Amino acid sequence: MQEMSLAEGILQIVEDAARQQGFKRVTEVRLEIGALSGVEVEALSFCLEVVLKGGVADGARVELEKIPGRGYCLGCGETVPVNALYDACPLCGSYQVQATGGTEMRVKDLLVE
Amino acid sequence: MCTVCGCGQGETKIEGHEHGHSHEHEHDHAHPHDHNHNHEHEHSHDDGSVHSHPHAHEHSHGHTGHEHGHDHLHESNAPHYHEHKGELHYGLGPAHAHAPGMSQARMVQIEQDILGKNNGYAAENRQYFSEHGLFAINLVSSPGSGKTTLLVKTIEALAGSLSVAVVEGDQQTSNDADRIRATGAAAIQVNTGKGCHLDAHMVGHALERLNLPDDSLLMIENVGNLVCPAAFDLGEAHKVVFLSVTEGEDKPLKYPDMFHAADLMILNKVDLLPYLTFDVEKCIEYAHRINPKLEVLKVSATTGEGMQRWLAWLTEGVDVAVSARQQNVNLLRKRIADLEAQLAQQVAAKE
Repeated sequence: MQEMSLAEGILQIVEDAARQQGFKRVTEVRLEIGALSGVEVEALSFCLEVVLKGGVADGARVELEKIPGRGYCLGCGETVPVNALYDACPLCGSYQVQATGGTEMRVKDLLVE
Repeated sequence: MCTVCGCGQGETKIEGHEHGHSHEHEHDHAHPHDHNHNHEHEHSHDDGSVHSHPHAHEHSHGHTGHEHGHDHLHESNAPHYHEHKGELHYGLGPAHAHAPGMSQARMVQIEQDILGKNNGYAAENRQYFSEHGLFAINLVSSPGSGKTTLLVKTIEALAGSLSVAVVEGDQQTSNDADRIRATGAAAIQVNTGKGCHLDAHMVGHALERLNLPDDSLLMIENVGNLVCPAAFDLGEAHKVVFLSVTEGEDKPLKYPDMFHAADLMILNKVDLLPYLTFDVEKCIEYAHRINPKLEVLKVSATTGEGMQRWLAWLTEGVDVAVSARQQNVNLLRKRIADLEAQLAQQVAAKE
């Protein structure tokens, strides 16, 4: 996917926060990435390492918290866990599952000094 | 550069819109990965909510000699109105406690959508579309699915009944915009350089240049790529995904994000079906597995099959946008009339 753009978006958020709050160094960046957000976490980690270089978060540890996917099944009317957008409902086997959770990509918090 | 899709930043060009970038990255790919960041927290949110934060960006579409892209990030000392004003809060340290003389390390709550900035620009575009009665659609597909050809046919068919403009996104060349302009329609080319998708900021600048008439149709032809454009809202009313029958019928399963993000699928080049083993029903079934609400139209730009339904879908979209604008205008007129009446009363009371 577009991990480079996302990494730059994260850099932007970190730099905005650094400017507002006057911290000089970020040692850890915690992200929440939904299982259905389409983000390849390995690629995102790699891109972040490159993008954060030379800035306030150079060398920061990146922690990725995975948010599990959830969906509403039109077939059985239940909210069910979803691993991928093309998965069938684990309860009734229907493919009529609308993703309701696990699509988010967020910067949760930073450890700064 | 992105190892997955070759996507990078900083080479975007909008026709007639030259500018330099002052942002430089040091790309040093020589280092191996010798550590692993995989912390697998099983962390479920009970409310399952998706958070999005409105961002107030001071971003005028009327400026000239603008600075583009990353320059926004670094130049501004103006406050950004994020909702989370983190304070110096010592209780937020790693142990959620603080003792005198302890390290000044602290936790800063951010809670921001990574795509927040793009979504802010998209909201501005959407506002612009709604104020001007524009029906904007974002056309996405793999390269070579026939988007531009269908666009040309669409513009020709709508000539005289509807004003159409096109934003063309490609990595390089203005070939597609040239093809559109040959029909007489307004078109602007956005070259994304190393980028693999259009973003809402690029489209905002394209809108400045297009000067669209009210109550018209805007078709944004995204970069041919079935992956990355799925995540980037441009402010459009709908994403329309094109799939041509010369591709595999399992593409919806292979590229689920795009089919999930779209509201309409154009199954294109159906005139070629007799020569192929493409299973139309299977393809539609796969698409509905990903997105149960996806509408499907079977179209051939060459023979004109399905064109009437496609044109009707577009015209209906424009009608909805136009009547929404009209309602807004009526509401504003009423509000102005009310205010004028109040003013007249106050003036009369003084006299």
